[in-house]
Amino acid sequence: MLVVDILLTGLVLGGMYALAAMGLTLQYGVARIMNLSYGEFLVAAALGAYWAYTGLAVSPLVALALVLPLAFLVNWLIYQILLVPLVRRAKNQGMLEVDSILATFGLLFVVQGIILLTFGNQYYSYSYLSIPLSILGSTVAVNRLIAFAFAIAIGGLIYLALTRTRAGTALRAVAVDPVAARLVAIDINRASAFAFALGGALVAAGGVLVSMFLTFNAAMGVVFTMKALIVVIMGGVGNLLGVLVAGLLLGLAETAVARLVDPGLTLAVTYALFLTVLLVRPTGLFGRATR
Amino acid sequence: MHKFGRRLTAGVLAAAVGWAVSLGTAQSQEPTSIKVGWAISKTGPYVGGATITLLNAYKLWVKDVNAAGGIQVGGKKLPVEVVEYDDRSNSDELVKALERLITQDKVDFIFPPWGTAFSMASGPIFNRAGYPLILVTATTDRAPELAKRWPNSFWLLGTGAEMANGFVEVLTKLRQEGKIGSTVAMVSVSDQFGIEMSTAAREAFKKGNFTLAYDKAYPLGTQDLQPLLQDAMRSNADVFMAASYPPDTLAINDQARVLNYNPKVFYTAVGTAFPLFKGRFKENIEGVMGTGGMNSDSPQFKDYVKRHVEANNAEPDRWANPVAYASLQILQQAIERVGKVDRAAVIKEIQGGSFDTLVGKVKFEDNLRKDAWQVGQWQSGEYYGIAPANKEGAKAPIFPKPAWKAQ
Repeated sequence: MLVVDILLTGLVLGGMYALAAMGLTLQYGVARIMNLSYGEFLVAAALGAYWAYTGLAVSPLVALALVLPLAFLVNWLIYQILLVPLVRRAKNQGMLEVDSILATFGLLFVVQGIILLTFGNQYYSYSYLSIPLSILGSTVAVNRLIAFAFAIAIGGLIYLALTRTRAGTALRAVAVDPVAARLVAIDINRASAFAFALGGALVAAGGVLVSMFLTFNAAMGVVFTMKALIVVIMGGVGNLLGVLVAGLLLGLAETAVARLVDPGLTLAVTYALFLTVLLVRPTGLFGRATR
Repeated sequence: MHKFGRRLTAGVLAAAVGWAVSLGTAQSQEPTSIKVGWAISKTGPYVGGATITLLNAYKLWVKDVNAAGGIQVGGKKLPVEVVEYDDRSNSDELVKALERLITQDKVDFIFPPWGTAFSMASGPIFNRAGYPLILVTATTDRAPELAKRWPNSFWLLGTGAEMANGFVEVLTKLRQEGKIGSTVAMVSVSDQFGIEMSTAAREAFKKGNFTLAYDKAYPLGTQDLQPLLQDAMRSNADVFMAASYPPDTLAINDQARVLNYNPKVFYTAVGTAFPLFKGRFKENIEGVMGTGGMNSDSPQFKDYVKRHVEANNAEPDRWANPVAYASLQILQQAIERVGKVDRAAVIKEIQGGSFDTLVGKVKFEDNLRKDAWQVGQWQSGEYYGIAPANKEGAKAPIFPKPAWKAQ
């Protein structure tokens, strides 16, 4: 049935968008770093999963358990070495954003260069769990469904952690107002480093999961960064639920337009939706009025 | 006056000595190597295709030529020296790099960049500077017109129209044998190649009395093509054709299998002939048709694959990569026949001569290679040319495409 087709495919696609964007909302919303090299880490993780699967016969789901802590550590180090000096000397948030954009732009080329050296320039692609599953008369691939399930699970888990735990509340406090957070004895440097590292771990998880069904090469990082940025801003910076909802909405809109109108308009509808949301709610769907 | 005279004399003497010395050094300045250059996409969205199809072939050719001592020019063998630039998949960078190769590095010959768009962008530059432009990854129906405008350009892969016509010929024969009907479902990528090929296909289908039951285009970079495939399935066409680029080619094949979409004829364009395609889909490649083709049983080609893997740690694609290598063999043979590094003479030789290459005998007609492979198909694990049906090495198509197996 057409409606079930659109719903199922659209939600699964949207789940992938949300998964790819969750890390950025933490990095931008809490740590206040506009990380332009975000997509490169996704591609790096995807290539790592490819290598693990084709070279070592390790399933990507198992590789996930190794990639997450590794990505956390790497991103934490990057924050301490590259970004803490910028945070220290930034007099206000605007300065930090500009500085971090410039610094992470350079980081983008460094990471891309490392990827090119290690893996070369070609397309990489493998098939894992590309098994059809029939739900309510419509077909979906198992690997995409798994990515969707992870997006919901991870998103939900982190949302709960942010709202129900003390550490999570501290992170949210830093996102709302760093100065006031300092006044209530929250160590904002530690919180920001943690948020940045966690964001990096999330994007690596996203990379491993989407590598199961996408084709990628070293040059695709920017594409993912752009898509993630749209989802993050549309959902409201710093808000995980916003990322989920925005991602799902975009996935549904794209699929609906591809089936009901014309597949050539998928990009157009994505940006149209983005612009409409910003016109109606400039801070994003779940965004805060002041920052 | 006295001072004037002395200075004048000294000046004239110095100039005379300088002129004599320069004459002497000019005469003793003989080329010790042939300098070739290229600007190719080593980063950016075109890097995948550029590496698999062109760069690997270029590098292997340089290795082979230098291992044999070099190119025979006049009485001696001159080794090949390479100057390489990254155009970053950006046409401004490409133009800058080409100008640099011509005016600063002053290379003897330049190899073309990747993709139809960049090939056309480099045309005017090569033409103005008088360099031979032996194009491989350039499929455009404007080739005959451009070949006339740029007599230094040579087009090796055929046009989008030829490939589409070749496909329609295959379909017409199948229809005559009563194996398929007259409906086709077609999707195409909205980039130069996809637009040209689908436009040519629409014409060819109309002339061949086929109806397009589904005809849609998708943006470049789309990897989620399930919605389009589901609509193509509903059209119940016997034939499915995608004028696609590598990432979407892979996505279409994967998603068609998940959806269990089994039309009798299944065709995806660029990327179908890549070794990556075989690596990802294993037995499911059987019967999939694609662009181009290759006389893959020839022992010369099998040896080429072995050497290519040794040099590049990757197999060549089964369509344009061997043609790229052949284009350089043509260049080498032309230089050797002319006997010196004279670009105008080399161009003339390529225009008129006949060349023995990896892909067989090549003779240009009005700077176009008219007998290029148009359609290929994976059969028993190797990619063969199936159209034109009367070309040496052509195989009969497998029909119908076997149903997708679980993977």
